[in-house]
Amino acid sequence: MSATESTETLKRTPLYDLHLEMGAKMVPFAGYEMPVQYPMGILTEHQHTRSGAGLFDVSHMGQIKLRGESYAQVAAALERLCPADFLGLAPGQQRYSFFTNNAGGILDDLMVTRAGNGDDRDYLIMVVNAAGKEQDLSHLQANLNNRCEVEPMFDRALLALQGPRAGAVMEKIAPESVTMKFMTGRPLNVGGTECFVTRSGYTGEDGFEISVAHDQVDNVARKLLGDMEVKPIGLGARDSLRLEAGLCLYGNDITETTTPVEASLVWAIQKRRREQGGFPGAGIVQRQLAEGATRKRVGILPEGKAPARAHTEIANEHGEVVGEVTSGGFGPTIGGPVAMGYVRSDLAAIGTKLQLMVRGKALPAKVAAMPFVPHRYHR
Amino acid sequence: MSEVRYSQEHEWVKLEGDTATIGITHYAQEQLGDVVFVDLPEVGKKVEKGKELATVESVKAASEVYAPLSGEVVEVNSTLSETPATVNEDALGAGWFAKLKVSDKSQFGSLMDEAAYKKYVEGLH
Repeated sequence: MSATESTETLKRTPLYDLHLEMGAKMVPFAGYEMPVQYPMGILTEHQHTRSGAGLFDVSHMGQIKLRGESYAQVAAALERLCPADFLGLAPGQQRYSFFTNNAGGILDDLMVTRAGNGDDRDYLIMVVNAAGKEQDLSHLQANLNNRCEVEPMFDRALLALQGPRAGAVMEKIAPESVTMKFMTGRPLNVGGTECFVTRSGYTGEDGFEISVAHDQVDNVARKLLGDMEVKPIGLGARDSLRLEAGLCLYGNDITETTTPVEASLVWAIQKRRREQGGFPGAGIVQRQLAEGATRKRVGILPEGKAPARAHTEIANEHGEVVGEVTSGGFGPTIGGPVAMGYVRSDLAAIGTKLQLMVRGKALPAKVAAMPFVPHRYHR
Repeated sequence: MSEVRYSQEHEWVKLEGDTATIGITHYAQEQLGDVVFVDLPEVGKKVEKGKELATVESVKAASEVYAPLSGEVVEVNSTLSETPATVNEDALGAGWFAKLKVSDKSQFGSLMDEAAYKKYVEGLH
């Protein structure tokens, strides 16, 4: 047995004390001291999020506002850096996207919401990964500052309430939340506190992400946790939940060297952008859209019980190395190992037999459809 | 007559004659969290003290279990493949990993006794 983690100067979210109070086990993650699990344990936390409602502190993530003279100006500015259609966003609508580089690789992935009063003064609010937030901010400032205002909101905390009971729980303290559909956002009073709420998440379940000022987040979190149906959930279960939902983890499943086509994220590049391009690396992405990429991100189900972790080599039936696992572990809802990774495109069809090289043994596996656990969004 | 001793890597060893039963400690299972898979060695495998004996996987990660003594694997706890959570529920009993025919019993004496291990774990906090 061996496991050690060094603690350098780590930042804390405003809920640090609450995590300790709830008995969290804290670990370093993306420069923050974050709860990996609470006394309930990762398996139970995972199951609770699939059956009830779980509360996650994701305040380490970065929130950035883009504001300009008109909504069209702001949307057009962000389209220079991301391949999503922001001009076509309806008021209150949210969209998943990513920053690309000149090689078509992914610099970070993000959620973008059109906020405001539904007129031409609307603006965009984005949520980016914790590890990339400073770089993302510099990237936006360097490339968009003369086109729109780039406003970091790093004094905003973020909570995620996820699970089939999330809607019922929110309704009790924020009655207006009932009208919200998946991938929309709006300002919302949550138990007496003004928040900006989107109906989205990273678990495959229905749920909300609640953006709130640092000095108010403790109130909102305690109010939600006061509901018998809500339990605190750590980063451990967050990872197993998103893996079962087939969702990418930046740094593992998508990186600067993976394109959206290779990453099977073409659905996040809307038609107009596929045709017109106009984002970094568009030429490469358009060529891959037309001709196909040489590798593809796929879901993988190992046949036995041994989990195949990130960096596990993937071989074809003849033992030839054809790719690598980028995320893998035990899926509590599946009750067995699940993984995703990149394979040669000719081996990406569902049902293709593969071998996973785990501790020197070749374990049989198959390409499988994702999500492994069906999404249950509130559409 | 049997005695239980402990390694710095949080394995326990119960020696009966020249057969050593090996598992991980209560502290180790707590640190790991929910165990979801145990990769056990083959019977007949010769292992050296301090080298990998088995792998235990929690939801989070895979961790190596090292052989606290040198010897030959004579039996493994195959029930763990069906119910790996036994490691969490009864680490010091039904959650044992493997039995070794020990090649050098003097290695046992260099492991910690219960009082020393308890002190060692307290020192880790």
